[in-house]
Amino acid sequence: MKTLIFRTIAPFLAALMVLFSVFVTLRGHNEPGGGFIGGLIAASAFAIHGIAAGVHSVRRTLYFRPLSLAAFGLMLAGLSGLLSILFRVPFLTGLWAFPEIFGVELALSTPMFFDIGVYFVVLGALASIALTLEE
Amino acid sequence: MVLDFSDYTFWALAAPFAAAAIAPVAKKYLGHNAAWLLALVPAAIFLHLWNYILPVSNGTPVVLATDWIPLYNVKFSIFIDGLSLLFALLISGIGTLIILYAGGYLKGHADQGRFLSFLFLFMGSMLGVVLADNLITLFIYWELTSITSFLLIGFNHKLEASRRAAIQALVVTGGGGLALLAGFILMAHTGGSWEMSELLGNRDILKDSPIYTAILLLVLGGAFTKSAQFPFHFWLPNAMEAPTPVSAYLHSATMVKAGVYLLMRVNPILGDTVLWSTILPIFGGLTLLIGTWMALRQRDLKLVLAFTTVASLGLLVMLVGTSNEKAITGAVMYLFAHALFKGGLFMIVGTIDHEAGTRDLTRLGGLRKLMPISFITAILAALSMGGLWPMIGFIAKEEVYAGIFGTSPHFIAITAVAVLGNAMMFAAGFLVAVRPFFGHERTTPKKAHEGPMLLIAGPIVLSSLGLITMIFGGFTAHSLLAPMASSVAGVQAHVKIGFGLHFNTALALSAVTVVLGLVFYKGADKIRNAKGYLIEFLGKGPDKGFDYVIAGLVRGAAGVTRVLQNGNMESYLTFTFLITAAAILLPLIGWNELPTMPQIPALHFYEWGVLGLALVGLIAILIAKDRLTAIVSLGIQGFAVALIFMLFGAPDLSFTQFMVETLSVVIIALVMTRLSLKEHDPRPLYQFLLDALVAVAIGGGMALLLISVTQVPFDPSLSNFFTENSRLIAHGRNIVNVIIVDFRGLDTLGEIAVVMITGLAVVALIRGTRHAYRKNVDPLDDMMNNEGADK
Repeated sequence: MKTLIFRTIAPFLAALMVLFSVFVTLRGHNEPGGGFIGGLIAASAFAIHGIAAGVHSVRRTLYFRPLSLAAFGLMLAGLSGLLSILFRVPFLTGLWAFPEIFGVELALSTPMFFDIGVYFVVLGALASIALTLEE
Repeated sequence: MVLDFSDYTFWALAAPFAAAAIAPVAKKYLGHNAAWLLALVPAAIFLHLWNYILPVSNGTPVVLATDWIPLYNVKFSIFIDGLSLLFALLISGIGTLIILYAGGYLKGHADQGRFLSFLFLFMGSMLGVVLADNLITLFIYWELTSITSFLLIGFNHKLEASRRAAIQALVVTGGGGLALLAGFILMAHTGGSWEMSELLGNRDILKDSPIYTAILLLVLGGAFTKSAQFPFHFWLPNAMEAPTPVSAYLHSATMVKAGVYLLMRVNPILGDTVLWSTILPIFGGLTLLIGTWMALRQRDLKLVLAFTTVASLGLLVMLVGTSNEKAITGAVMYLFAHALFKGGLFMIVGTIDHEAGTRDLTRLGGLRKLMPISFITAILAALSMGGLWPMIGFIAKEEVYAGIFGTSPHFIAITAVAVLGNAMMFAAGFLVAVRPFFGHERTTPKKAHEGPMLLIAGPIVLSSLGLITMIFGGFTAHSLLAPMASSVAGVQAHVKIGFGLHFNTALALSAVTVVLGLVFYKGADKIRNAKGYLIEFLGKGPDKGFDYVIAGLVRGAAGVTRVLQNGNMESYLTFTFLITAAAILLPLIGWNELPTMPQIPALHFYEWGVLGLALVGLIAILIAKDRLTAIVSLGIQGFAVALIFMLFGAPDLSFTQFMVETLSVVIIALVMTRLSLKEHDPRPLYQFLLDALVAVAIGGGMALLLISVTQVPFDPSLSNFFTENSRLIAHGRNIVNVIIVDFRGLDTLGEIAVVMITGLAVVALIRGTRHAYRKNVDPLDDMMNNEGADK
């Protein structure tokens, strides 16, 4: 597995995959994609990086423990649902805001943060399984 | 009336919880004297509730409500009538004294702040129980009292006995609470309302219902466990492990009366039936006799009082069970008197324990000169408990006797039980109030002296109230007790309180009681040392029974776990697959719903190509020489499925399938390297065939299920809804994603929680098996340590 080509390419590949996973997650509401698939892509990115460069390096790159990332995601998803309490609507009701920043209309919504939460849970849980197995 | 935040009653209900939050802080800065400040909270609640006496005694109950969960008709509502008002006054009034007492009793204890905090939490919950109108609100407060009682009993959590008593109380009262919830749901379902005040307006609807028996038994399950009726009485004496303020407050004056409160509350709508007036007097009477008998056998003063409390609760249940207006008036008066004298006596016993260092009956004596104030208050309380003139307890007992004598078909039995029980109660009361104070002085672990103000204020107030309520008999009778008795009986009740003696049957019965009581008092030492199988059984039996039940549960659970979780992965998989296959196939075959053979569809050549690819993958798995090839072949088959999704217009599914397949191959391969398996499959032929059978069953079953699903007419209403509304209300064009994060967000939240937990479990498993077996440490600890070490 640890061929020169693979070891050289893997970090770049992983970086590209993480970037792509963010792209896929954020466009998910309108195009194919979403937090689940984005999280899977990111998790495989770290798995590949782990195989090529060793688990230690990946853990250093990630900085946070993968399971902490998953926990953060779960909390984010839960909190984005709880925001509805301030508007006196049921739990997990989608709330939308369209602020204009530098003349560009930005669609902010609780489902988006929910999806980002899903992304982190999938990424964290799978990356932690893969990394633990690779050790 | 609508309840809103500007109403003081709302704040009165919330105040104890707020006080619970500030109690530890106040203790930190003011020491034990924080009690003086904190006692202002229940005192203020008491004074606020006092305002309700006038409207309530004029016969207009107050109902306050606000919506809580409108979807399910759950309101946060309060119902203040004679019954709930007197209870609330007792809770806040005695609560004030108990907070002061706790300030003195736990002076210098490191966790005094926490203790006061728990007491306030309990006070808030108990106020909620008696004031709640909505059944769900009532139930939640009811459970809160169980939980806070658990915290208080287990306050000395380093003692094994405390922990056991706490868990026992929680299991018994919590289990009863579940029965109560079921009873409440049936009540609301049958009566058509969740509000107690509305149910009370429709007297016969529950009694005439075909499920009356079920409702009654479930409600009794809740009430009997909470109020420690035989055979559930054992938890109450054990709960005496708690510090004395708790025993005085929860386990005599308030919480254990919650069950009696409930019975009194539902008496108009569930009472006065054959079942009611059979079950309640029998269990109440048994509890009365067993309680008083066991009380006489104790050496520990607190246990004497605990068993007399059990007995008093039995007496109250027996009286409510007669559903007779006069007996209920007696019960109401007795309950009021009991709260005063028993609360006072508990606090005196606590003071003796605190100042003399022991509360063993046989080691105390001659304290009357050392603790004169305690002595006088104890005698006053015991006079009331023994039902002697001129205390409130006397009038209460006269009323009880007048209420039961000659009013029910079995009155002779009931009267005999009441007289016998009261006589033993008389003896027990004077054992507590007389024995420690008379006789010659004994050497006690501590040099005894009178308790400080914080400790004796409560007993002084409560004991003298036994007399003061007599002096102001008109007010007590008309403003406090008559409204309560009317609420319980469901008809206007009349209460008279005065010092005059009436020469009638009741007085004669009282005389018999006193004479018998003196006999029991003389024979107390003999009773205590008496031995006998039945005595032992009635006293300790249910307590041991509880242990047997719990141990049996644990053994049963261990047995089931051993069978189902035998540690062999292969058998887990085989069982899971076989049961799934059976669940799919048996209904299909049994109801003859096997699908018809579908037509071969007309496909493009490339679609055939993808199907062929899947087939190649499958065959490759079967003929693969080593495991790694088989795993990769499985991936080929999965990729082919992903391609099919793509071709038939499900890009999201296809995308996800690709990633899942990739990751599964990687993870399975990694697991394989870790397990250091042999490269080739070592299964013998018969095992191989057996596994093949399981595989065919589950695979075939799944395929048949899918085919039959496609042959059922398709109901498009859901997909139409999603298609139409995805853009409109959820602002998204990707319907799959909108469903995941918006329409069915709650499902997703549950699913990602499962993903998270799976991740945790897998990591714990891998690390646990690696380190824990070798080093014999807790896998979870080990995992945490390693996570840290790896960084």
